[in-house]
Amino acid sequence: MSNKIETTNLDLYYGEKHALKGVNLNIVEHAITAFIGPSGCGKSTYLKTLNRMNDYVDGVKITGQILLDGEDIYDSKVDTTVLRKKVGMVFQQPNPFPMSIYDNIAYGPRIHGIKNKKKLDEIVETSLKNAALFDEVADRLHTSALGLSGGQQQRLCIARCLAVEPDVILLDEPTSALDPISTLKIEELLMELKDRYTISIVTHNMQQASRIADYTAFFLVGEMVEYGETKELFSFPKDKRTEDYITGRFG
Amino acid sequence: MRKVFDQELEKLGTDLVKMCGLAENAIENMNEAFKDQNKTLAKEVIENDRLINDMERTIESRAFNLTLRQQPIASDLRNITTALKVVTDLERIGDQAAEICELLLYMDGEHATYRTVEHIPTMAKKTRIMVHEAIDAFIKQDLTAAKMVVKMDDEVDALFNEVKMEIVEIMKQSNEDIDTCISFLMIAKYLEKIGDHAVNTCEWLEFRETGAVNNKRII
Amino acid sequence: MENKVSIYDKQNRMSDNILAFLVQFCSVLAVGILVIIIGYIVIRGVPAFKFSYLVSVKSTLKKTFGILPNIINTIYLIVITLLISCPISIGGAIYLNEYATNQRFVKIISFTTEILAGIPSIIYGLFGMLFFGEFLGLGYSILTGALTLAIMILPIMSSNTQVALNAVPPSYREAALGIGATKWYMIRTVLLPSAMPGILTGVILSMGRIVAESAALLFTAGSVATLPTNWLTHIFSSGGSLTIQLYLEMEKANYDYAFVIALVLIVIVLILNYLAKWITRKFDVNKVD
Repeated sequence: MSNKIETTNLDLYYGEKHALKGVNLNIVEHAITAFIGPSGCGKSTYLKTLNRMNDYVDGVKITGQILLDGEDIYDSKVDTTVLRKKVGMVFQQPNPFPMSIYDNIAYGPRIHGIKNKKKLDEIVETSLKNAALFDEVADRLHTSALGLSGGQQQRLCIARCLAVEPDVILLDEPTSALDPISTLKIEELLMELKDRYTISIVTHNMQQASRIADYTAFFLVGEMVEYGETKELFSFPKDKRTEDYITGRFG
Repeated sequence: MRKVFDQELEKLGTDLVKMCGLAENAIENMNEAFKDQNKTLAKEVIENDRLINDMERTIESRAFNLTLRQQPIASDLRNITTALKVVTDLERIGDQAAEICELLLYMDGEHATYRTVEHIPTMAKKTRIMVHEAIDAFIKQDLTAAKMVVKMDDEVDALFNEVKMEIVEIMKQSNEDIDTCISFLMIAKYLEKIGDHAVNTCEWLEFRETGAVNNKRII
Repeated sequence: MENKVSIYDKQNRMSDNILAFLVQFCSVLAVGILVIIIGYIVIRGVPAFKFSYLVSVKSTLKKTFGILPNIINTIYLIVITLLISCPISIGGAIYLNEYATNQRFVKIISFTTEILAGIPSIIYGLFGMLFFGEFLGLGYSILTGALTLAIMILPIMSSNTQVALNAVPPSYREAALGIGATKWYMIRTVLLPSAMPGILTGVILSMGRIVAESAALLFTAGSVATLPTNWLTHIFSSGGSLTIQLYLEMEKANYDYAFVIALVLIVIVLILNYLAKWITRKFDVNKVD
């Protein structure tokens, strides 16, 4: 059990707003780590710092350190293209590109210079298989991805993320727009994937965190209040605020 | 927040306290009936056991429904699972008391054995205190008091062994009614079991407060 | 619950009826005006129309009428104007929408574009004549006209492109960037294909503007109606568009000819509009077959 990502004294400001306050948090390799907390608590913001998606937000200022395999991801020498190849992201709304299923999956590999048709075919097939989607779409790889159901679209987005062979997969409330069955399918998938990837997931659904996460961190107004094994955090939270939140007596 | 859930938990707690009261009552009445050869009181204890059984079902039903519909976690989960577990022990305490009263109904108070087996009244007194203390600790969430109860159980167990030997002696020495002797042995065993259930109650208190039983985390 | 209200107590509300009538009246009026204009032009234009007009040159000597040079000039104007304005306006829109971080700057630019869009076209004509015609020495030429028109449609096309880009869900951008695409790669592979129908619609509507424009062309492209002698140098010579010819015929009270040109113009505009719709559907990557 080693740490894939180590965060030390991370502070993040959106202009005047202090959105993350001195976060110290380690993300364990080959495990699922869930971030929970009320809206606006900073959990999504934290997730986005991990592959520097916050770079595109106006007036964002970050201090502190995030190490990925011991390398500072905010170092000036970092190539974000390579960083994001290592740390992929899946978003809240399923967001397949308006292209064919095949082109969606091949999008990432093409960015990173893979042009060979046979190689791409192979990547598309394995990625879809790993995302438990291949059987459902095998006969319509070249039709628009927008024709898939919401749950299928989200698994397609996971497949698209897997296609660049990342080390870490970040998921920002990936099932909040999906029905319960699609949600369970994705949860099942994530639990299968954690043997090969390090997974971090932001979720509003505490049952989801308790079902799938090995570790859980609770955020509140920009602070990381409590972090621990999911079993421990949900049975015996140490902080009163965590207890109040997870038992629904918050606020 | 979660007003309805809190109200339901409150009801569960109230029912649990009620059931504790019923169990404690059963033990006390059984003690009185035993001491005074009061067969009417014994009958009452047997009658009232139904109430305890009903209360067990009510609490179980509440706990199952809360689990089903509210998905309790953390302290809520421990409260509800504790209720589910502790009702079994309370119900057994009630059962045991009723069983003893059942035996009392068919015994003749004039028999010599009453005077000879001197440790049984002590056992009865001790278990009564144990049950009282255990329930008190459970309601007041007093872990220290609970530990005392666990210690008392050793005394009750020791007493049971003495009673057993006493009865064996009596049966060897005289031509006393064997039936009565066996009844007494059973009464002693029931009392010993009551002590065990009091200890269990204390263990569930520990679980509710710390998530552990005998210092071993089970949740 | 006392005073139970039945759902059957339907009331006729006078104000609702009046408003409904007014709304219907207005829509009928709008369609009606269009029908009347088109109908009038068709009624007046069709009897006077001869196919030979489309393929011949007007000659005062031979006393024949033809609008072939005007059609050719119009096509020239369309092509050259678009060649100039498309890269500038689309590029500018991409910059403003995707790259510019200074929001004040962006606001100033869009404010300026709005003003530009509201300026009467004759003023563009004046500016074009003085700046391109005299100052740059291009004289009365198709190029002068095209440059002037390019400036005129720049704000429309650029704001149209911005709208089209804005309509692309932000999630597409996130997805592409999140997988490691550079900004330009993202724009090229996701943003532009997705915004293409909107952009093309803007282009076609601009073509409509070009076809319909006369005031800005009068002093810039001029009114000469001869066939090009050299396809390339033709852009440096004066060339009257269809609208200009229409204006000239009206001036000489040749109403039959004027209506023939009007008819041709209307047909072109209708075709362009239909084309816009068709392209929007055809190139929409967001639709699912």
